[in-house]
Amino acid sequence: MAYKQFILVCGGTACESNKGIELVAELKRAVEAVGLVNDVQVVRTGCLGFCEKGPIVKIIPEDTFYVEVKPEDATEIVNEHIVKGRMVERLLYDKSQSKQHVEVDEIDFYQKQFRIVLRNCGVIDPDKIEEYIARDGYAALEKVLFEMSPDQVIDELDKSGLRGRGGAGFPVSKKWAFAKVQQADQKYMVCNADEGDPGAYMDRSTLEGDPHSIIEAMTIAGYTIGANKGYVYIRAEYPLAIGRLELAISQAREYGLLGDNILGTDFSFDIEIRLGAGAFVCGEETALLASIEGKRGMPTPRPPFPAVKGLWGKPTVINNVETLANIPVIITKGSDWFSKIGTATSKGTKVFALTGKVKNSGLIEVPMGTTLREIIFNIGGGIRDGRQFKAAQTGGPSGGVIPPEFLDLPIDYENLAKIGSIMGSGGLIVMDETDCIVDVAKFYLDFTVEESCGKCAPCRIGGRSLYNLLGKITAGTATMDDIDTMQEIATAMQRASLCGLGQTAPNPVVSGLRYFRDEYEKHIIDKKCPSGKCKNLLSYSIDPVKCVGCTACARVCPVNAIAGERKKTHVIDPVACIKCGQCYEVCKFGAVIRG
Amino acid sequence: MSKKLTLDALRQLREDKQKELSKRDPANKDIQVIIGMGTCGIAAGAKNTFAAFLDILDAKNITNVLVRQTGCMGLCHSEPTVEVITHDMPPVIYGNVNKEACEKIISQHILEGKLVDDLICDRPAIDIIR
Repeated sequence: MAYKQFILVCGGTACESNKGIELVAELKRAVEAVGLVNDVQVVRTGCLGFCEKGPIVKIIPEDTFYVEVKPEDATEIVNEHIVKGRMVERLLYDKSQSKQHVEVDEIDFYQKQFRIVLRNCGVIDPDKIEEYIARDGYAALEKVLFEMSPDQVIDELDKSGLRGRGGAGFPVSKKWAFAKVQQADQKYMVCNADEGDPGAYMDRSTLEGDPHSIIEAMTIAGYTIGANKGYVYIRAEYPLAIGRLELAISQAREYGLLGDNILGTDFSFDIEIRLGAGAFVCGEETALLASIEGKRGMPTPRPPFPAVKGLWGKPTVINNVETLANIPVIITKGSDWFSKIGTATSKGTKVFALTGKVKNSGLIEVPMGTTLREIIFNIGGGIRDGRQFKAAQTGGPSGGVIPPEFLDLPIDYENLAKIGSIMGSGGLIVMDETDCIVDVAKFYLDFTVEESCGKCAPCRIGGRSLYNLLGKITAGTATMDDIDTMQEIATAMQRASLCGLGQTAPNPVVSGLRYFRDEYEKHIIDKKCPSGKCKNLLSYSIDPVKCVGCTACARVCPVNAIAGERKKTHVIDPVACIKCGQCYEVCKFGAVIRG
Repeated sequence: MSKKLTLDALRQLREDKQKELSKRDPANKDIQVIIGMGTCGIAAGAKNTFAAFLDILDAKNITNVLVRQTGCMGLCHSEPTVEVITHDMPPVIYGNVNKEACEKIISQHILEGKLVDDLICDRPAIDIIR
């Protein structure tokens, strides 16, 4: 008996933590209650990307898209939509406040997207290998094992133009070719799933939604470079991704797609999961390898590169999750198809975790060359609360701030490097006029100082010094000489740090000074923070002309720093004031002055 | 028994599962078959009609047809009712659609683009559509 209808429920971490697990159970129970278990299948899929409005429920074949569904809505969905064929209007994604039914393809959020990496996320049940296989899963492995030589695989990847999605953008074919030509009794294939940028969760979602794509790609890599052992290095704080990957590995073993003599050939390959404790530096490849070996996660100088001397001194290829997820598609659809997507130097698509002050935060995938404007305003729906776009940060703590003048710049590796940021792993944080550029830089430096392994002086001492100087600026005690000192420290860190962490840590400061120098100067010279974030530079007072004596501010003040009687002018005691800004928010007459 | 797959077994498994999964993919489906499944429709056998459509489409390997359900179309005297929407023909509602009628609708209407004269019902009153 074939199912007639499907209820797809997003099973990404964001939706599951928002009662998604109860929702699935409730939907199953509701379907059972109306006696339709043989007709309607409830499928828990990977991340559908629209995390802002989660949990998401999609009903197929009608392609109805319900948002912010709660477990208690399950009965209504089943009784109304499934049984009676009437849509539950209050749960539909509401486009322009009109109550018209919107099909998934019509939602702006999805219109500009193009999904390669996330092709199966939100379509298949990640816990069922059969569903992956049905979507051309393991067809690439089949093609590679039976029709292609390792050199042909490398050639195909070379023609596709695929570059590493982990940060630096190194061509994948070159990395594989280096490892392939090494003579060694043992080689290793490693998947870097140590995603640690604040705000980034592409790799987690890919592993949660489509774990088999990573297994297939790693096996292809093993065949190509001559490795029979693979490791997935994943952080322990991704329990859902780990669980699904573990299950996927055991299914693949059962089906003979991992292990000895894969598909009856004489090629053998197996994968082991290694859990990281969540140190940012372990995303750096040499530190990652040290961690797999059981040592403290610290980088070592390169060369020798891991492709020559990697895990336990053996040739090792390390690719990031998103990079790997592209590979099966390139093999099945061909490099010609893939290389038509994107820009001249950056092929394919990029997944971004879109967060910050944007209306629709979520997981998106767009062709390389898409502009920030399209991402933030078309897909992201613009800035929240009608505020103005101020800047975007790509590449997390390793990237730079991008000012509004580059909104129409096509995003690819080269263009981002030109304007002082990096592609990074794909975090994209949107800021509005209430965000302070100095404060943001301080936040990132705080992170990189915390995460520095301390092995090399430029990163260990430079990072701390930069952080202290930013602290001086936000406290209003800095001088203009401090800006020159910061520039000097930044240059030293960029040139002399041992690994990417230290080399890129000054980027938020450098790019901030480049595009928002006036904001730094206002902090230092005028002792003012234009966005009102830096508390030490703020003072609150009450305009006696505008104040009507409504007492709203005095009632909300947590430290009783506001004095005044009803219908008489109120006054703030600057000594007692803790600058929390609540009086500023609550005043209906604009009488509280922030300056 | 070992579940280890050979090349042929993997291909077979993929083919078997592909059909099942393609039903979830709304893309490339340009013809819609909408089955009235209100209480009246179900009582008159709409569930069997639904299953018959799926089975015949599967058997004939037709993949561009979306079979979905709706509520009562207001033609309770002719249940099960089925609406067929294709782009080059006007939307048509068929009544009393049993298994033989399914065959006819698929082979004549969907494949050949000819209306199945003896099964056509009028469109329901406009207030019911709204």
